[in-house]
Order: sequence, then C-alpha cells, then structure tokens
Amino acid sequence: MFLGKVIGTVWSTRKDENLVGAKFLIVKQLDLDLREKDYFVVAVDSVGAGEGEVVLVATGSSSRQTDFTKNKPVDAVIMAIVDKLDVALKENLSRQEAE
Amino acid sequence: MFLGNVIGNIWATRKYSAINSFKLMIVQPINSDYEDIGEPIVAVDTVGAGPGETIIYITASEAVIPLPVDMAPVDASIVGIVDTINQ
Repeated sequence: MFLGKVIGTVWSTRKDENLVGAKFLIVKQLDLDLREKDYFVVAVDSVGAGEGEVVLVATGSSSRQTDFTKNKPVDAVIMAIVDKLDVALKENLSRQEAE
Repeated sequence: MFLGNVIGNIWATRKYSAINSFKLMIVQPINSDYEDIGEPIVAVDTVGAGPGETIIYITASEAVIPLPVDMAPVDASIVGIVDTINQ
C-alpha cells in the first residue's frame, strides 16, 4: 500500500458497466513527511474517503479483493483513512538522505 | 518476497472492514546488506513485528493469504521476522 492524499474526484458517465456506482478519487502519493509527490492514481473508494484526507491505496490485483470491486476492472482501491503516522526511525532516514 | 526494516506504524481507524483487526506498518525495503532501497511502503503485519526489526514481506495479491479472511484489499504483508542473513 502507499500513502496518498485525496485531491479530487473523477466523474465518468460512459464506463464499463461493472463500474456503475463506483466513486473515483484522484489520490496523489505522499512521502512520510506528508509532502505531495508527482505520482498519482485514480482509485475506487471503499471506505468513504473525502477530499483532503490522507489515505492508503492498495494497487494491482489486490484491489479487486473488496465486496464491491470483486471481478471488476479496478487496479487501485482506497482501503484505509490514516489518522496518524508514527515514524520512529525517521531521524535515521533523514540523516541518511543528508549524507 | 523481499527484505525490509519496520520504521514506523500507521493509525487508521476507518479501514476496509475485513482488515479492522490488523496492524499497519511502514516498511523501508532493504537489500541483503541491510542498505535502504527505494521508497517506504505500508504493509499489514501478521507476525507481530515492531519498529526497528528486519522482516520479510510479500506483495501483490498473495499478501492476502496469511490473513485469516477470504478477501481483503491488501497488497503487502509482513510474513516473517529476520534473525540473520548469511551470505
């Protein structure tokens, strides 16, 4: 899973009939300091996420493992809304980056 | 399967219902010399790993197999804690 932030919604009227009722959200990837990176995906929402929220996105065939997305043409799904991150060893990380 | 270091955890109250009881860990992938490679990922913990530990994790749809549920939207899970790496 990767960490991301919901930055928008995608509306689509003509789509695969399996996707009728899906909520598509644009999720931009975040680093551990919650800074936005360039990468983004359009993901189907399974937890009721909204714009501005920090979420976790599962990608690939794993994203078909929800009741709604089972056997549907989906390769990214939002499966958790993040309350808090605790990166105990982040100091080590930034030290390595500085070196 | 890949090697990684657990570097933190994530609190998420609202999760897909099938994974409500599992811990989510931030994992930094490493190579066999314990050097960081690539970007950190988030993985579900199935073995009780904690921050600072070196672990083995699996990715893709196989990541659901160690979980005691039929279906869960999980694409990475921790399946072992590494004692030593000999090479």
